[in-house]
Amino acid sequence: MPVVVVDVVLKPEISDPQGQAVLGALGRLGHAGVRSVRQGKHFVLDVEGEPDEVELRQIAETLLANPVIEDVELHLPTD
Amino acid sequence: MRIGVITFPGSLDDVDAARAVRLAGAEPVSLWHGEHDLKGVDAVVLPGGFSYGDYLRAGAIAARSPLVQDVVAAARTGLPVLGICNGFQVLCEAGLLPGALTRNSHLHFRNRDQGLLVERADTAWTSSYAQGQTIVVPVKNGEGRYVAADADLDRLEGEGRVVVRYVGGNPNGSSRDIAGVTSADGRVVGLMPHPEHAVEELTGPSTDGLGFFTSVLAAVVAA
Repeated sequence: MPVVVVDVVLKPEISDPQGQAVLGALGRLGHAGVRSVRQGKHFVLDVEGEPDEVELRQIAETLLANPVIEDVELHLPTD
Repeated sequence: MRIGVITFPGSLDDVDAARAVRLAGAEPVSLWHGEHDLKGVDAVVLPGGFSYGDYLRAGAIAARSPLVQDVVAAARTGLPVLGICNGFQVLCEAGLLPGALTRNSHLHFRNRDQGLLVERADTAWTSSYAQGQTIVVPVKNGEGRYVAADADLDRLEGEGRVVVRYVGGNPNGSSRDIAGVTSADGRVVGLMPHPEHAVEELTGPSTDGLGFFTSVLAAVVAA
């Protein structure tokens, strides 16, 4: 069954306090080389038949992500 | 005068909202999110809580429920709608109000009595107040930080769409201390603080919240 992956992350201009908390923990652990952390969501969709890009993009942009605050990336299966 | 209060799976404050409606002098009507039935109510309140456990994003799944689709359609023709806390998140997710509510900047759940400056006293839900009045009602949220693009915030401010603003400290890092906003026609209002918890001396920090519920009575009569 084809697998479609959707990644959602806050837009750059929206501050991400969760990512900043992770960054703080990394600093305390001695990982000084990490400059920034942005936390997001990763959706894995099993779809029946040939993936319909238009429908999947609509799913990604209208439900999985809130376009007011989030950017979304759709990854269709490659063969 | 009949005012609907929607219950979603995970709603917490629907009973308090119904009580506030009754204290204001109207009849509360229970509405179920899964039914296409507004029961002919004159106005609708979306209460606080954690609909669908805040899964995906706070309010996101509730915003796609059958009844909220009906609320969106009815609001377009002037039905007064009030979203409190999770209800505000639902209205933003449904596209009835601009912006979005995200994780508090300090990452803590914040629960306290909160000062609010009433900047619009001419909406369907705030006409009982005076413009410039300060009120105190409880605030309690973990994802109450109001955000929008800077250009959109400028536009909202320019159009006078900020209904209430935090004073005496911003509890969640909301942009420009915004606590609540309204639709262009002033019929739909959403705010993170809880006016329904400030309607009786016995249980609230004040009775300042009752004005939201008395305001809509006047708005419905005038319509």
